[in-house]
Amino acid sequence: MAVMMSAQDLAFGYGGKAIGQGVNISVNSGEVMCLMGPNGCGKTTLFRTLLGLLPPLGGRLEMLGRPVQAYTRAEFARHVAYVPQAGSSYFPFTVLNVVMMARASRIGTFATPSAHDRTLSFAALDRLGLAHLAERSFNEISGGERQMTLIARALVQEAELIVMDEPTASLDFGNQARVLDCINELRGSGLSIVLSTHDPGHAFACADRAVLMKQGHVVADGLPNEAVTPESLHGLYGVEVAVEFMQGAGRSICAPALGRFRQE
Amino acid sequence: MSKSGALPEAGSRAGRSLFPVLLPPLLLAVVVILALSAGKYDVSLSDMARVVWSRLTGTPSGLDATIETVVWNVRLPRVLAGLLVGASLAAAGCVYQGLFRNPLVSPDILGVSAGASLGAVGGIFLSLPVLAIQGMAFAGGLAAVALVYAIGSMVRGRDPVLVLVLAGVAVGALVGACISLLKVLADPYNQLPAITFWLLGSLASITRADAASILPAMLLGLVPMVLLRWRMNLMTLDEEEARALGIETGRLRLILVSAATLMTAAAVSVSGIIGWVGLVMPHIARSLVGPDFGRLLPASLMLGGGYMVGVDALARTIAGIEVPLGILTAVIGAPFFLWLLVSGRRGWQ
Repeated sequence: MAVMMSAQDLAFGYGGKAIGQGVNISVNSGEVMCLMGPNGCGKTTLFRTLLGLLPPLGGRLEMLGRPVQAYTRAEFARHVAYVPQAGSSYFPFTVLNVVMMARASRIGTFATPSAHDRTLSFAALDRLGLAHLAERSFNEISGGERQMTLIARALVQEAELIVMDEPTASLDFGNQARVLDCINELRGSGLSIVLSTHDPGHAFACADRAVLMKQGHVVADGLPNEAVTPESLHGLYGVEVAVEFMQGAGRSICAPALGRFRQE
Repeated sequence: MSKSGALPEAGSRAGRSLFPVLLPPLLLAVVVILALSAGKYDVSLSDMARVVWSRLTGTPSGLDATIETVVWNVRLPRVLAGLLVGASLAAAGCVYQGLFRNPLVSPDILGVSAGASLGAVGGIFLSLPVLAIQGMAFAGGLAAVALVYAIGSMVRGRDPVLVLVLAGVAVGALVGACISLLKVLADPYNQLPAITFWLLGSLASITRADAASILPAMLLGLVPMVLLRWRMNLMTLDEEEARALGIETGRLRLILVSAATLMTAAAVSVSGIIGWVGLVMPHIARSLVGPDFGRLLPASLMLGGGYMVGVDALARTIAGIEVPLGILTAVIGAPFFLWLLVSGRRGWQ
């Protein structure tokens, strides 16, 4: 598999203060990677560094063999799309207009989206089953629909790699399932996806690879079956976790064993 | 995944209701005609049309010379100046609201107007020519907005909207103190009346040259806004989201803030401080045509221009004396702002 993005001995953080060090990971093309770790382990900062929004503090970070910092914003956006956690927008843009914003890196500075851009945007909404929302205000639709809209926007950006920051956070049970389904739908279409999550079971639900992070270091990296184990999760979160195959769901799920917390 | 739906036509939404889009130009036309004919010296609509026609075509109108003077030399420059000032303030407000991702900011709240006034008052104090006063107004406005923005970005972990507004209030107070100092130091017979009247905001002493003098600055500010009208939409997203979409936010923000500040400073330099237009007009425009900047900007320009011309016509007709414009716009704008605040209807949802 071709390597899309690779980090070697990467140090990352804010204002010269390192939050994580010695990170070696690579994102292969067509692979879905699930990143997990406790609050404050540096997931978000790592993502911001991967997206080129923060300069690396040390080591190497390359996208298609070229340092991330050497790309202009527009060049980088043609390769890597970002799906933030869906809040409301400050102004009531229509869903279609929000999705069309993805064309910014593909059209001239003074240009406005063409009929082609419009068609692409509508097609992406249609692909995710959101076509009926196209003319609704982004602020009026549900949290799950907003998250899916932002995923549609990432598709319209036509990037090879999509980075999703906790795409299931603050969504209800059903919407979480819909977003995971949507990620599975995109899996195998050649897209690389990196997502972070608070539910380690999501690695079994939609990922080809799981990366576990603690205190700014990668502590496990491998196939979900190998990396996500009761032992590794205990090391990560400090609680006893059962990882078991569930017949009805067709995959393994993770659940904490309550009342048996081990003090550390 | 879904059954395929038909792609909606580009104009389908507007097609369903043309009214909101047509309202601003209609209002503008009506207000301009009324403003030209209303005043101490009533001019009928047909006489007004004849004056304008004769001036444009160079043929004699056959009317009393007084009517010609009133329409062409007195009212027309004021109407034009009102148009330009109102349109500039509204366009600047539109941009500030978008860039600061906050529909309650405006040139006055961010301290741009105050900074620009300090520059202009300083210019009057030093008896500088008009062009230099405009230049100083621009520098003062830009300095104030830069200061407010810098404070806003230094304070982290609090409601950024509140921080910006409070920083604007504080910077405005500081600038107000400097203006007061200049007033104390100013010559009480020559400079002080000019400064005081100017600070109240008025188009009463406007000349055609004044009106013409803000046109270049206004156009210079308008050009980047028009060219970047679509990117402006992306500037209303969170900083990181916009950058991840491929936008060089730092550069664009600098260009757009400069453009909006230039327009504000140009307006302030001829009319003095006229508050609230830059806050209220973009709001009304947004509720009519939506947040897309390509439609919001023209609607704001027309509403702002029309509003200013209308308020100026009121200012010179409702009382025996000229009521300073700033007083009227505040009397209309402040209650509107409070209504937005109290009703919790933040006007953009």
